[in-house]
Amino acid sequence: MIFSKKERNITALLAAVSVLFAWQAQAGAMHIMEGYLQPSWVVVWSVLCIPFIAAGFFSIKRNISGSHKKLVLFALCGAFAFVLSALKIPSVSGSCSHPTGVGLSAILFGPFATSVIGLIILVFQALLLGHGGITTLGANTFSMAIAGPLVSFGIYKLCKKMKINLSVAVFLAAFLGDLITYITTSFQMGMAHPGTSLMESVIKFLGIFAVTQLPLAVVEGILTVVIFGVIKKYRKPELEELRVL
Amino acid sequence: MTLFKRNLILIVIAAVIIIIPLILYSGGGAEFAGADGQAEEAIGEIDPNYEPWFSGIELPSGEVESFLFCVQAAAGSGIICFILGRMTAKPKADEADQKKDKKPKESKR
Repeated sequence: MIFSKKERNITALLAAVSVLFAWQAQAGAMHIMEGYLQPSWVVVWSVLCIPFIAAGFFSIKRNISGSHKKLVLFALCGAFAFVLSALKIPSVSGSCSHPTGVGLSAILFGPFATSVIGLIILVFQALLLGHGGITTLGANTFSMAIAGPLVSFGIYKLCKKMKINLSVAVFLAAFLGDLITYITTSFQMGMAHPGTSLMESVIKFLGIFAVTQLPLAVVEGILTVVIFGVIKKYRKPELEELRVL
Repeated sequence: MTLFKRNLILIVIAAVIIIIPLILYSGGGAEFAGADGQAEEAIGEIDPNYEPWFSGIELPSGEVESFLFCVQAAAGSGIICFILGRMTAKPKADEADQKKDKKPKESKR
């Protein structure tokens, strides 16, 4: 992931402004449902997403859009996330949730480019499916398109450094990225609705989101390994160029 | 083990993980409602006075919602299959076809 000086400056500036702004405003999934975050939180999470999305567009322009084959791979990652996030799967907790599908893209193209894919999916679901919401878009983008992919990317790089088997690395990255997304959601909900105690509230939401998500995260990990295997077999040069292998 | 065999086994394992909860609760006892609905209930318990301050687009019915989810999954899998199909096509066959196409043209000229 290489950025030009100008791009880096813009991203850093946006990051600084967004943190400052979020700090000020704070004075006051499944995805988080429409209307269930107070306006102050809506602003905080939306603003925190902006620098990541900006870095995402720079990253796509610089690293992906130049090569036709990489662009096709990127489209494949986007479609993969699109499908997985549409599947509401039953879980051992007796309720349903859906995987995020962004782990594959995070492994191949890094967390920044992935944040753009995540944002597109969330906008689609909020506008057309009434799932998630427009006011909660920022918070959902932060959990699914930023926190999850960041962890996936980090875990994969760590596993690679430790020379862990590649399939295991891909599984762990997708599995933990999925789980972190919903843990983040639980914290976001707990912080918005602390009730009597913040931790009690967070644990309550963890019980709903994270427990349901556990088997789904395993499914996402397995499916990511399946498609990664195919990509590795047929697109080895591109993966080497992207420093995935 | 070939990649195809390995992936087949992995997909079967994924399917089993999805089916287990359905068998587990086959006697009833689970609604399999969305986790977001449960979260709404939890907020009702923690913050009984909280009212959602904004409601987004309401879909006319659950049928329309499932249709739109279907469209999302179908569009995505269509793109995936198209790209995987092209990716896994045998390059040698392609080159052979191109040579066949080229040769007659050259000979005509």
